[in-house]
Amino acid sequence: MGALVLAAEAAHGAPDFPILTAVVLTPVVGSILVALISKRRPEIAKQAAVLFALATAGLSIGILALFKTHDAGFQLVDHHGWIADPTISWTLGVDGISLWLVVLTGILFPIAMLGAPPHHDDKPFYAWLLLLEAGCLGAFLSLDTFLFFLFFEIVLVPMYFLISGWGYDLRKYAATKFFLYTMFGSAFMLVGTIATAYLHAKGGPVTFDLRTLAEGQDIISKTTGRWLFLSFAIAFAVKVPLFPFHTWLPDAHTQAPTAGSVILAGVMLKLGTYGFLRFGLYLFPEAAVWAAPGMVTLGVIGIVYGAVCATMQKDLKRIIAYSSVAHLGFIALGTFSLTTQGLQGGVFQMVAHGITTGALFMLCGFIYERRHTYKLEHLNGLQKPAPILAAVFTVVMLASIGLPGLNGFVGEFVILQGSFLTRRWWTVVAVTGVILAALYLLWAYQRVFHGTPDDDNAKVGDLKLGEGLAIAPLVAIIVIMGVYPKPIFDRIQPAVDRLVRHVEDNSDYRQPKVADEGEKVVPEDERRHEGEPSEGHDAEGAHAGADQEGGN
Amino acid sequence: MHDLLFLIPALPLAGFLFLVFFGKRLGEPLAGWLATGAVGSAFLATVAVFVDLVGKSSHERALTQTLFTWLPVGGLKVDVGFLADPLSVTMLLFVTGIATLIHLYAIGYMHGDPRFSKFFVYLNLFVFSMIMLVLGDNLLLTFLGWEGVGACSYFLISFWHEVDANASAGKKAFVTNRIGDFGFMVAIFFTFQSLGTLNYHGIVAASPTLATTTATAIAAMLFLGAAGKSAQLPLYVWLPDAMAGPTPVSALIHAATMVTAGVYLLTRMNPILALSASWVPWLIAIVGAATALFAATIAVAQNDIKKVLAYSTVSQLGYMFLAVGSGAYVAAIFHMVTHAFFKALMFLGSGSVIHGMEDEQDMRRMGGLFKVMKVTSVTFIIGFLAIAGIIPFAGFWSKDEILLSAFGKSPVLWVAGLVTAILTAFYMGRQVFMVFFGEPKWDRPLEEAVPDLHAERAESGVHPGHGVGPNEAIHPHESGWKMTLPLVVLAGFATVAGGLNLPLFDRTKFLEHWLEPVVELGERHVHQSTATTVTLAMVALAGAIAGILGAAAIYLGKKRELAKKVEQPVLARGWLYDSTITAFMGGPGRKAFDAVAWFDRTVIDGAVNGVATGIGSGSGQARRTQSGYVRNYALGLAIGAVVIAGLLISKAVY
Repeated sequence: MGALVLAAEAAHGAPDFPILTAVVLTPVVGSILVALISKRRPEIAKQAAVLFALATAGLSIGILALFKTHDAGFQLVDHHGWIADPTISWTLGVDGISLWLVVLTGILFPIAMLGAPPHHDDKPFYAWLLLLEAGCLGAFLSLDTFLFFLFFEIVLVPMYFLISGWGYDLRKYAATKFFLYTMFGSAFMLVGTIATAYLHAKGGPVTFDLRTLAEGQDIISKTTGRWLFLSFAIAFAVKVPLFPFHTWLPDAHTQAPTAGSVILAGVMLKLGTYGFLRFGLYLFPEAAVWAAPGMVTLGVIGIVYGAVCATMQKDLKRIIAYSSVAHLGFIALGTFSLTTQGLQGGVFQMVAHGITTGALFMLCGFIYERRHTYKLEHLNGLQKPAPILAAVFTVVMLASIGLPGLNGFVGEFVILQGSFLTRRWWTVVAVTGVILAALYLLWAYQRVFHGTPDDDNAKVGDLKLGEGLAIAPLVAIIVIMGVYPKPIFDRIQPAVDRLVRHVEDNSDYRQPKVADEGEKVVPEDERRHEGEPSEGHDAEGAHAGADQEGGN
Repeated sequence: MHDLLFLIPALPLAGFLFLVFFGKRLGEPLAGWLATGAVGSAFLATVAVFVDLVGKSSHERALTQTLFTWLPVGGLKVDVGFLADPLSVTMLLFVTGIATLIHLYAIGYMHGDPRFSKFFVYLNLFVFSMIMLVLGDNLLLTFLGWEGVGACSYFLISFWHEVDANASAGKKAFVTNRIGDFGFMVAIFFTFQSLGTLNYHGIVAASPTLATTTATAIAAMLFLGAAGKSAQLPLYVWLPDAMAGPTPVSALIHAATMVTAGVYLLTRMNPILALSASWVPWLIAIVGAATALFAATIAVAQNDIKKVLAYSTVSQLGYMFLAVGSGAYVAAIFHMVTHAFFKALMFLGSGSVIHGMEDEQDMRRMGGLFKVMKVTSVTFIIGFLAIAGIIPFAGFWSKDEILLSAFGKSPVLWVAGLVTAILTAFYMGRQVFMVFFGEPKWDRPLEEAVPDLHAERAESGVHPGHGVGPNEAIHPHESGWKMTLPLVVLAGFATVAGGLNLPLFDRTKFLEHWLEPVVELGERHVHQSTATTVTLAMVALAGAIAGILGAAAIYLGKKRELAKKVEQPVLARGWLYDSTITAFMGGPGRKAFDAVAWFDRTVIDGAVNGVATGIGSGSGQARRTQSGYVRNYALGLAIGAVVIAGLLISKAVY
C-alpha cells in the first residue's frame, strides 16, 4: 500500500519530484534502516525490507507511468553536479531501453524476498539485498560513465556476501570466483572509462557525462575507439556472461541462496547486456559495428554450447544456469545484429529472461525446501504428490523453451527475425538452440516430475499459499508478455530506433532493407558499402503493406 | 458474421480457463460435459460461418477479423487476426466436429481416471490451439497454434506419466517436432525478409515477385516443418510412440487433426510451392510415397492394435504428401477429411475394444469379438472398408484422386501408391480378422490362450496396466452410448464423405470448386482420359480386394506358417530405424554431449582456475586468497566506495 501511495504521489503530486534519484535511494535508506534494526527482531527486518522493496517497486511503476511512450531520448533526467573538474555528476535518466529493466528490478526484488527467505541471519541478508537493488537500479539509470562504473562495481559486494554467507557447501569457492572474475573484467572497464573521458577531452575540461561523450564521436580516433570498446566489452562479456567467460556462472548459481540466484539471473546478468547497448553501441558505435561479427559469433556459440552443457548437467540449478548462458547468447546475437528487430527483441528478452529464469530459480528453491537437494538423481515423480507445483513449473519451463503465447518466444523470435536480416547463417545455427532448449528442459522435467515417486519424494507437499502468492505475479507476467507485448515494444522502439540511427550516423553500417517487393535483399558484404540512406524507409514500406492486408 | 469469428477459438479457450481453475471441483463427469459443450459450441459457430461463406460468390469467400496487434517491431507487424476462407473452414468443420465427438467419447473412456478433469483441460487447450493454427491469418499465428498443439500432444502422450515409457514418448514427440519447427521458423524468417509480411493475403499478393531461390528455400524449410508435425520420413519416429497416450488422444490428435497440420500448412502456402524450384515438389512427392510405403510394410507386422493404426496413419499422411508434391492440393485436403473420419473412427473403435478388453491392446489376445461388441465391430469394419478403398466408401474416392495425380506426376509414384494401397487393405484386413473374427483368445487365462505372449511378457517384465490386460480370463463387453454414438456418427461420415468430391461430373466436384480460390495458384490439374481414369481406379480397387482376400486367407484360414512369414521381425521392429536412432543418440550422441560438458569443466573452467591458482601461488597465498582475503577485498571495496561517495558528496556540497 505504502508503495502505491508513494508511486501515486510521485506520479501526480509533484512534477519535479526526482523520481529516479528516489528509486535509487529508497533501497539504500532501507538497507541502512534494516542494518540498524535490533538483531533480536529478525521478523521486523524482513517486514521493513519488504516494505522498502515494495516502495521501490511502486516508484519503478511510477516511472513507467510518467514515461512518455514516443519520446526517444532520456526522460525524467535528474542532474546534480558533483565535481567540476573532472566533471563527474549524479546524472540519472531513463529511456525505452532502461525503462523495463528498472521495472523488472523493482518487481523482482520484493518477490525474491517474499518467495525465498533466508534460513538464518535475516537482518544482514535483507540489508545486502536492498543494497544490491540500489546498485542495479543505479547502474541502469546512470548517464555518467563514472557513476555507472561505481554502481556496476558496488553490486559485487552484496552479491559476494549473499553467496558466501547464505549459500551451500562450496559457497566460499563460488563467491570468490564470482568476485575475482567480475573484478578482473571491471578493471579493464575502469581503465576504459577514465581513458575515454581524458582522450575525449583532448586536454580541455574532462567530463564523464555519457551523452557528451557519445554524441561527440569524431574526437577519438577509430583505432583508439576500438581499443576502448574492447576494454568495456571484456567487463560486459564476463558479466553477461558470454562464452568463454561463463564458468563463474554455474558455480555462483549452484551455490547461491535462492534469492541470490533469482536476482543474479534475473537482474545482474542484464547489467552486461545493457552495458553492451549503452556503453558499446551508444558510446562506441563504429567499434561496435567493427566488433559485431565476433560478438555475434560468441553469442551463437553460447547458444549452442550452453544448451549442450545444460543437457548433460546432473544438478537442476546448473541446468538452469547453463540455460542462461544460452538465452543470453540470444540477446548478444540480437544486440550485435544491429537491426531494430534484433535490438528490440534483445531488450525484450532481457526482461523476459529475468522473469522466466527468476521464476525457475524460485521453483528450484521450493523444491530444495522440500527435498534438500538439487541433484536430479534424488528427485523423481514429484508431479504426483505436488501437481500444482508441477503445473507452475511446466508453464515457466515452456516459457523458457520459447512456446508462443508465453514471453520467451516473443523475445527469441523477434531477435532471430532481426538477426536473420544481417546474419543469416549465424541465425540458422542459433535456431538449433531452440531444439536443444526443448531437449534439456523436458528431459530435466521428466527426471524430476515424471515417473513414480520413491518414498522420499512421495511425501513432498504441494505448493504452499505463500509460495503460490510469490510466484503467481511472475506467471501472470509471463503470460501477459507473451500475449500482449505491444505496450512494451511501443516504449522500447523509439529508443532503439534512435540508437540504430546513431550507429548508422557514426559508421558505414546501414540497416538492411526489408523487401516488400520481392527479392531485393542485398548480400551482406555488398550491403556494407551501399550508400543509400535507408533509414525508416523499409519500416514504412512494410507497414504500409501490412496495413493494406489487414484492411479487408 | 466476421465480428464473431473470434468465438470459434474463444469458446474452447474459455472452457480451458474455466477447467484450469474449477475443473477439479466440477469433477467427473461435469468437467467432461463442460469441455464437450465448449467444443460443440465452437463447432456450431463454425457451421454458422460456413453457411455464411456458402452464401457468397466464390471469390468473396473470405472473412477476416483482426483482434489486436501481437508483435509490432519495426517493419515487422503481426496481428492476432483470423481468416475464414474455404480452406480454413473445411479444416475447422471436421476438426471441431470430430473433436466434439471425441470429447463425448472421452467422458466414457476416461471414466474413473483420477485425473479425469485434467484430461479435459488439455483437450480443450488442444482444440483451441488447433483452431488458432487453422484460423490464424498469418504464418506466425499458425506457428503459435502449431506449437500449442505440440505442447498439448506432449502433455497428453505423457498423461499417464508414472510409467517412464509414456513420459519418454511425450518428450520424444516434442523434441522431434522441434526439429521440424526449426524449418518452420527459418521459413518464417525468409518470408518476412523477402516479402515484408507474414500475413497470408499479403504473401499471396506479393508472391509473384518472389525469386525462385527464395521461394525454394521457403518451401523446403516449410516442408521440413511439415514433415515433423505430420510424421514423415525421416522424422516420423515420434508418432508410433505417441500411442502411449489415452486412445481418444490418439484418435483426435495423432490421427485426425494435429498430424494433418503439415498438409494444411503446405496447402496454405501453395503459391510459394508453385514458385519454388521443381525439386521441392518432387522431394515432397517422393518422401510422401516413400513414407506411405515404408510405414505400410511396418504396419503389416504389428501386434498392438493401436500400433497398426499408428503406422497406418503415418502411411496415409504419406499419401497426402504425395498429393501435395503432385500439386493435387484438393486431393490432399479431400483425403485429409475422409481420413479424419475413418481413422478417428477406427482409433475410437480400438479404444472401445481396449476398454472392453480390460486394457488389453495385443491383438493376439483378441479374436471373435464380433459376437460381443456388435456396434464397435460393424462401425470398425466400415472404417476398414473406407481405408482399404472399397467402393463406395469414402477412402476409395479420395485415395483414387491421389493415385490419379501421382500417375500424372510419374508412374513410379503411382506404383508406390498402389502397392501401399494393397498393403493397406492387407494389414487392415489382418487387424479386423485378428480382432473381431476367428477363435476368441480372451476367454481363458493368458498362459493357456496365448503361451507365446505370456512368455514374452514374463521375459520383459510387463505387468497389467495401461495397455496390458489381466492374465486371467477377460470378459469383453460393448461400451456405453457415450462411446458408441461417436462411432456410429463417424461411420456414417466414413461411408458417405466421398460425396464431397465425386469425380463423375464437374458439378459434383464440390470440394474442388469450393477450394479453388485458395489453391488456384498452386493446383496442377491432371487431364487423363476417362478410360485411363477408370482403369486406374479399377486396378486400385482390384488391388484392395486382393489385399483383403490375402489377409482373409491367412488370418481367417489360420495359416500360421504363412502369417509368420509375413510378420517378419525386421518389420515388427520398424526396419530397425527407430532403434538405430535411439542407439545413436544414447551412444555417440550422448558421448559427444558429454565431451562438450567435459571440455567446459576441464578446459574452459580449468583455464580460469589455473590462472587464479597461478596468480595465487605466485604470491604464496593461494589458500588464503580463496578463503579469507576476498572477503577483505570486498569489504575494502565497499568501504572505498563509501569513502569516495562521501568525498564526492562533500565536494559537491561546497
